[in-house]
Amino acid sequence: MRATPLIPLDALDTGECGTICTLPDNPELRRRLTALGLIPGTKITVVNISPAGDPKAYFFRGSLIALRHKDAQKILIKNRWAVEQ
Amino acid sequence: MSIDTKKQYRIFSAVLAGNPNVGKSTVFNALTGMKQHTGNWPGKTVVTAEGHFRYKDSEFVLTDLPGTYSLNADSPDEEAAKEAILYGHPDCIIVVADASSLERNLNLILHILEISSKAVVCLNLIDEAHKKKIIPDSRKLSLMLGVPVITAAARSGKGLDKLTAAAYGVACGSIKTTEVKNNYGTDTETAADTIINALPEGLNSKRFISLELLNKQNRTEFLEKNNILFTPELKNAIEKADKILSEYDDIEYIRSQTIVKRSEEIYNACVYLENKSYNKRDRSIDKIMTSKRTGIPIMLLLLAIVFYITIVGANYPSQWLAQLFVLVEDKLRELFSMWNANEFISRIFIDGMVGTLGSVVSVMLPPMAVFFPLFSLLEDSGYLPRVAFNLDKYFYRSGTHGKQALTMMMGFGCNACGITGCRIIETERERRIAALTNNFSPCNGRFPTLIAIISAFLVCGIPSPLRSFAGAAMLVGVIILSIFISLAISKLLSLTILKGEPSSLVLELPPYRRPQFFRTIVRSLADKTLSVLGRAVIVAIPAGIIISLLANTFISGKSIISYVTNFIDPFAQIIGLDGVLLTAFILGFPANEIVLPIALMIYLSNGTMTDYESLEQLHSILTANGWTTITAICAMIFTVMHFPCSTACLTFYKETKSIKWTIAAFLLPTLCGIICCLLVNTICHCLMILL
Repeated sequence: MRATPLIPLDALDTGECGTICTLPDNPELRRRLTALGLIPGTKITVVNISPAGDPKAYFFRGSLIALRHKDAQKILIKNRWAVEQ
Repeated sequence: MSIDTKKQYRIFSAVLAGNPNVGKSTVFNALTGMKQHTGNWPGKTVVTAEGHFRYKDSEFVLTDLPGTYSLNADSPDEEAAKEAILYGHPDCIIVVADASSLERNLNLILHILEISSKAVVCLNLIDEAHKKKIIPDSRKLSLMLGVPVITAAARSGKGLDKLTAAAYGVACGSIKTTEVKNNYGTDTETAADTIINALPEGLNSKRFISLELLNKQNRTEFLEKNNILFTPELKNAIEKADKILSEYDDIEYIRSQTIVKRSEEIYNACVYLENKSYNKRDRSIDKIMTSKRTGIPIMLLLLAIVFYITIVGANYPSQWLAQLFVLVEDKLRELFSMWNANEFISRIFIDGMVGTLGSVVSVMLPPMAVFFPLFSLLEDSGYLPRVAFNLDKYFYRSGTHGKQALTMMMGFGCNACGITGCRIIETERERRIAALTNNFSPCNGRFPTLIAIISAFLVCGIPSPLRSFAGAAMLVGVIILSIFISLAISKLLSLTILKGEPSSLVLELPPYRRPQFFRTIVRSLADKTLSVLGRAVIVAIPAGIIISLLANTFISGKSIISYVTNFIDPFAQIIGLDGVLLTAFILGFPANEIVLPIALMIYLSNGTMTDYESLEQLHSILTANGWTTITAICAMIFTVMHFPCSTACLTFYKETKSIKWTIAAFLLPTLCGIICCLLVNTICHCLMILL
């Protein structure tokens, strides 16, 4: 694990992990994400990409959640590493 | 609690809350013996259902709340759940949680426990969790939450007796629950305490109310809803609290973060993972179902398989039923002639009523009876959210919500359900677009019409083993067309009268679950198919009688019905249909299932043939009445795109409370259908002239 500058969540590829650093400012979206357990510090993995390239499916806290590119880019992560297969 | 003096029963009110996809409806059905349809996808329970069950000397009135992830009241669903818990003051809250993804579920549990600790947690799907080697410690969990925790597998009925016992204990007070506080930090706690002291005596959920009052928004509305007087004392306390928290900009966010952290703590303390990669199987299925190369082809293939089975499986019963009705009609005819009954009356009774009923049952019932259970199996397996995932980008481009894909799917079952299902969509603009375009999904009542037209007309020249396959492929084509139209109209709406940006999508892709084949098939046959058929029969009998009355009453040598059909025939011809068919569509407003049977009855009353026993005969009846391939195509287009049935219109009105929008929902698909049919008809005729 190596520290990198903050990057948007949607920059991650399938099989890559990150730690959430900041959530979007939009209060509604933030509330909805928080309700699913996404808060700063949560570990998140990209599991799948939709056939059309958007949205992506993210795995965190035991559930698989689809997020659109435009929403995921407002979520910043601080670490990035590949999951061992 | 109240007491029914007549029956000497204590009556308790209970609510069933929980995340979507945790088997809440299964628990509800198992407890109450009711048959609410369950499904493995978010937003299945959109209408709160109510049922009863008895335990010892008490009767419970159980309300099934919509599945939600939070009580933020962002969507109408969440609002309903929150209001039932906060203002309904239930004697017991049963929170259903998925034992295999407890961490996320704990969020809602902690939110609910903050409002009331008169609760029981039901750790459902424990069998599935054990299979994944996820072992929750329910005793420890119960200690940490302060309420009883019962493990259960509602599908097989395991643990439900313990659940009712615990619910009874909590409701009557024999089980003492403790309020466990989430610590939000010194400042928030001090501020909340200040408000608690100023709240009136005897108020329920004081701590929760004071925490909610820390939010600067909607304070007065919130107080009004809780019937709390805004006394100077309270006003003072709130001002004080605001001062304490002046440095924090979003208290709600702090609260929900704290709850997430607390959930994590509890989860880590109470759940043992013996196998860290427990969801490997799901990941590999997803790799096939949603990958770039195979996602869309598999989706189409699955659809094609469903249709293929429907066409093949419906063919034989359809013929048997048709032959049975012919037999019944012949016997009746003999009986009538034995009685020397009036020719007019026997025509109305036999050709009109029994004939229409016969074609509803023989043409429409078999495809419905095969399609609906298959569709339910797909629903239960957890595949439908994957379809939404695969198609979302197109919905995004059309300016709509990704969950519209889900409501669209519901529409393939029933448009009224689809329109109600739009409650899962959070913003009003997108909800309206989804509801307006829902009717473009041909429902279960329209599929048989499409199947009959395709089998009798479009694929009849193809040799038999390939025929059903070609039919299935054509139906897939119709579905693709309907999705395309639905997207195009959504785009049009979001560019014009419902302008706006698409909101964000947060869509759970639930774990795949092996559907319970037998139960799903029996249930969807017994509940859905028969109830839909019942409605069709109720409409078909009077419609059959009225039409045969009109067809057998002659004014200056012509039947009344021919005056009607001749009158609208010129218009119908322009859009590639004929007067009879358009009349049938109009008369089919109460139930789409009777469109084709009615058209057949009118055709038959005009001609020499009185009966049909197979699809081949259907073909000759239609050709004898001037049908061409173009008529068949236009009839199919109009079947996909015309006014919603009366039930769907009524549902739309109930959901929007606006006559204006209901009229829009009526006109929009009708106009689209007329325009498309007009275009197809004109282009085809021009081509024919040119060639």
